[in-house]
Amino acid sequence: MSTSLDIRLKRANKVYHEGEVLAGVVVIICKEAVQHQGISLTMEGIVNLQLSSKSVGVFEAFYNSVKPIQLITSNIEVVKPGKVPGGKTEIPFEFPLHVKGNKVLYETYHGVFVNIQYTLRCDMKRSLLAKDLSKTCEFMVHCQPQKGKVLPGPVDFTITPETLQNVRERSSLPKFLIRGRLNATNCVITQPLTGELVVESSEVPIKSIELQLVRVETCGCAEGYARDATEIQNIQIAEGDVCHGLPIPIYMVFPRLFTCPTLETTNFKVEFEVNVVIVLHDDHLITENFPLKLCRV
Amino acid sequence: MAAVQWHSRARNYDAELQSCRLEAVPVEFGDYHPLKPITVTESKSRKGGRKGSTSSSSSSSSSVAPDPLSSMLDGTDPLSLFAAASETPGLSHGGAAGELGRKRKEREEEVGTDFEPWSAKRGEILARFTTTEKLSINLFMGSDKGKAPSPGSTVSEKVRTRLEELDDLEEGSQRELLNLSQQDYVNRIEELNQSLKEAWASDQKVKALKIVIQCSKLLSDTSVIQFYPSKFVLITDILDTFGRLVYERIWSMCADSRPLPESFSVEDVNDTAKETCLNWFFKIASIRELIPRLYVEAAILKCNRFLSRDGIQETLPRLTAMIRGIGDPLVAVYARAYLCRVGMEVAPHLKDSLNKNFFDLLGSFRQIHGDSVQNQLVLQRVEIPVYLTLYSPAIHWILQCVSYRAPEALLTEMMERCKQLGNNALLLNSVMWAFRAEFVAARATDFIGMIKDCDEAGFPKHLLFGSLGRSLACADPPESERLPILNEAWKVITKVRSPQDYINCAEIWVEFTCRHFTKREVNTVLADIIKHMTPDRAFEDAYPQLQSVIKKILTYFHDFSVLFSMERFLPFLDMFQKDSVRVEVCRSIMEVFIKYQQEPTRDPVILNALLHVCKTMHDSVNALTLEDEKRSLALLINGFIRMVSFGRDFEQQLSFCVEARATFCNLEPVMVQLIHTVNQLAMETWRVMRGSHSRKTAAFVRACAAYSFITIPSLTSIFNRLNLYLLSGQVALANQCLSQADAFLKAAVSILPEVPRSISVEGKLRSSEAFLLDFINNFLSTLLVVPDHPEQGVLYLVRGLLNMVQDYTWEDNSDAKVRVYISALPLLAALSQESYLYSIPKVDSNETLYGGDPKFVAEINKLCETLIGQVLDHLKTLGRDEGLRRQSSLAFSLFGCLLAHGDLRNNKLNQLAVNLWNLSHKHGFCDTRTSVRTLEYVKHQGQQANMNHISEMAQRLSLQSRA
Repeated sequence: MSTSLDIRLKRANKVYHEGEVLAGVVVIICKEAVQHQGISLTMEGIVNLQLSSKSVGVFEAFYNSVKPIQLITSNIEVVKPGKVPGGKTEIPFEFPLHVKGNKVLYETYHGVFVNIQYTLRCDMKRSLLAKDLSKTCEFMVHCQPQKGKVLPGPVDFTITPETLQNVRERSSLPKFLIRGRLNATNCVITQPLTGELVVESSEVPIKSIELQLVRVETCGCAEGYARDATEIQNIQIAEGDVCHGLPIPIYMVFPRLFTCPTLETTNFKVEFEVNVVIVLHDDHLITENFPLKLCRV
Repeated sequence: MAAVQWHSRARNYDAELQSCRLEAVPVEFGDYHPLKPITVTESKSRKGGRKGSTSSSSSSSSSVAPDPLSSMLDGTDPLSLFAAASETPGLSHGGAAGELGRKRKEREEEVGTDFEPWSAKRGEILARFTTTEKLSINLFMGSDKGKAPSPGSTVSEKVRTRLEELDDLEEGSQRELLNLSQQDYVNRIEELNQSLKEAWASDQKVKALKIVIQCSKLLSDTSVIQFYPSKFVLITDILDTFGRLVYERIWSMCADSRPLPESFSVEDVNDTAKETCLNWFFKIASIRELIPRLYVEAAILKCNRFLSRDGIQETLPRLTAMIRGIGDPLVAVYARAYLCRVGMEVAPHLKDSLNKNFFDLLGSFRQIHGDSVQNQLVLQRVEIPVYLTLYSPAIHWILQCVSYRAPEALLTEMMERCKQLGNNALLLNSVMWAFRAEFVAARATDFIGMIKDCDEAGFPKHLLFGSLGRSLACADPPESERLPILNEAWKVITKVRSPQDYINCAEIWVEFTCRHFTKREVNTVLADIIKHMTPDRAFEDAYPQLQSVIKKILTYFHDFSVLFSMERFLPFLDMFQKDSVRVEVCRSIMEVFIKYQQEPTRDPVILNALLHVCKTMHDSVNALTLEDEKRSLALLINGFIRMVSFGRDFEQQLSFCVEARATFCNLEPVMVQLIHTVNQLAMETWRVMRGSHSRKTAAFVRACAAYSFITIPSLTSIFNRLNLYLLSGQVALANQCLSQADAFLKAAVSILPEVPRSISVEGKLRSSEAFLLDFINNFLSTLLVVPDHPEQGVLYLVRGLLNMVQDYTWEDNSDAKVRVYISALPLLAALSQESYLYSIPKVDSNETLYGGDPKFVAEINKLCETLIGQVLDHLKTLGRDEGLRRQSSLAFSLFGCLLAHGDLRNNKLNQLAVNLWNLSHKHGFCDTRTSVRTLEYVKHQGQQANMNHISEMAQRLSLQSRA
């Protein structure tokens, strides 16, 4: 009785680029022949924007969500109304990933206020008595490699009580000297963020050193724009009172889906930053912020 | 049946012997003979075979081809694999056994068997680092929701929560298990290990990962620091399980059509497998905390092989550098140990990161003495020396990996680096443990210098010397340095205050001393140990070590005269005051003595000492001692007694036996041995005197007889007594001690009625009948040569024996008595011969005493007739159903006896024989084959001269019909 509908993409990692062909099969498994009113496939790429309640009021955030931006859409009928025989039926399909006009396929990105998502939906329409079957599958789009060379742009930094901003009582701060270096702030998204950090001295023992990856999402609309920074992940690189003078590696892999090449469009922006967070044993929190520019090569 | 008249057949034993002998035929060279050397005939026959046979048979005959059985096994013998796997003690996970074996095999291919595997260490660590304090497992599930705001998520929600879940085992729940005892803790961890496997098996991969992350988080917790090494062992077991599961899963994903070969390359891996593998690495890379991220990535290090050729090579240095971020030096060093272990397992050729690990360790070495550590120790009330020893297993392991097959230059460099660090005792200790013993031995003097330079307050020095001693026990330092080394080392060891520390260290150095020095030095060492261990009865807590000292000495000193000439050896033994240990030590001494003493000895030092040792063993026997225990002790003591010989000084030997009898009176087997020894002594005397005793030796052998005579009654086993009486009687007879022999035999006869009807044989109750019959037959054959006592009647002993047999309460329904009667007939027949079958030199048997006197013969015949009468009476009682079979068999034996020993020319006897034959065949219970062969024999006899009566009789014997 039960009929299952599935979409299987050809590529195991489900990653496609603009101009490529999205290929795969629709798999129908049923015990006996199934009558249907046609099977169709819909491919869609959408940017969802949402205003945060922080930037605008709660109700506005609720009602005033910005209209989604459609990047690509395409619909084909795979099978005309009729019958699917019992057993396993595989129907191959292909979608060319071409955009109309001057639109660009942004890279897949799952954020908080900005979501760029590509889906493929298969619908099997059936008679009134049986429910329609539907199956959705997400596929990733990676944007085209950026042209031109990426300059690594290494950054050296030194953190001392004097270099800090936003300090309430500078006098109560313990003395410390932390030197470090990020090998690049122009990062290739497939390569980890690297660098090193040396605790030269610290009056108070260190509790933890962390790398905080932050996304900065900006949504623009008629009423103005909202800019929000939220954490993607926090990676501890040192725990406890580390050996002074010994370089500690900075190493962070950019998570898939939650990061994409830095993106700037007329309606929204997605940017990334990394914070080096040093927690002292007396719970002093020292943060050094570095904006990153991610790209794909 | 009327009384039968008995006449013995006259025998000419010599003639019979001659006629029975086969003719000797010389064997020609070419003739076949089964006892000729096989090689000659084989080569001949093979030659012939090859010429004649087909090709297939020739190939099989010249089979140098591989044995099909051994070729099938081809190194991967499943049994030895299991054995190898089962070596891992205790907590290992049952299901992993086969896998473990396989893993080890792989490792051996690259690493070789001389690399002491981790599995050997883990048991030791678990046993060593224990605690009585309460432990806690904090499976930290307090999900920090704050950092993960989750509004407005769409389809990606699932993915996101999945990632978040990595931090929480059960969402929002926090499980903290407090106040666990060590055993509880171990059980909990094992439970986690199980639930990991279950989760994996039920396809809950995320849950499995969560368990692993939570477990490795426990490794960042250093409360109850004494237990940390054991905790590390337990948790890395889980990590190993996880690593294996992931690897196997991905490996099986690649094997769609055929399994992936063990040496696959990246190209053989399909996209799905690669994607899965990549997913694991991305998941792990997003683990928030440093220590779990490090451990879990190390656990699946091997999976890098699926992704790229150089993956492992790139990952190892990165992970190595990552450890620098761990602030707690103890946690860091164990993380390094784990990384080295995984590295050695997966990519033993990548030496660089091993070295890097070690150098990083040196670089952060000062952390150990940093403030945070000190504060923690004060808080937990742990002493610095104790704390430092916690590092040993990890550093040992790292150094062992680094130094494995490392060139000399590298080792020297490592040592130099260690030297440069201040207060390097901890490192020095590990260097001595882990580096090749030869390397250490060659520089022993340097090491001693370095040990001396170490700070007193830090790592305990006796441990350092212990480690050095351990190396020196395996490899020899240069000859000239040996004595200075020993002197220097002992100077320090003797100053160790705590008796336990002292003995641990001294025990190790005893081996070095025994190996290279003489008894003088060993004696000094023993004296020192005694001096240290005697106050406050410190030896009571050190029995294992003291025992090991003895064991080591015994391995190197096999000459017991040297051993016991050490003045301090026996006083050393006196330290073993707990009975069980004392006996154990005595046992080991005796075992070595029996194994290595080749020549019998009379050395008074050895004898006294060993007598003392044996007495100790003997005295440990009490009412509760197990039978087996007694047996094995007696065996050892007997071994000693057998090795005692005073050469020609027989009297001394006898007095030794007297002393031994007094000493070992509780062990029956020893008593038996002593009686045998004394009997042997008597026969030895006899041999020396060539059979004719002087007055002195005659008195001596009588003394021997007296010894046996008074010893035998103290034995409890009746058959031991009987057999020894008989044996001693025979010996006395051989030595012409007639009255003693008489006494022995009389004693044997007199105790016959005491033989119980059933005796215990190997713990089971068995009827004694068979043993008794055996003994009586043996006894009867001896009686042939025993001359009658002049004051007693004719055949006094034979009659006595038969009377006893008559009166003995035999089992109901037993033919034993009658069987004895039947077997007495041959003796009586033999007694009536003119010259006896055998006799004892210089002892006049009855043949000479009576000289075939007709009265004597008549007496014998009368006796025979009585016996036959008894047998016939018994036969009659067996006329009923169940007795028929026995009747037939008895009748047949009597027939056989008549045939062999009776004079069948006598008509009555002849008739009796025929009747018996018929009786035995009457009811068809006779064994046909036996009757046929007997009949053939009778016919054969009948054909010889003067045997007409036999052939006539043969005609009257009919075989049983086969109806």
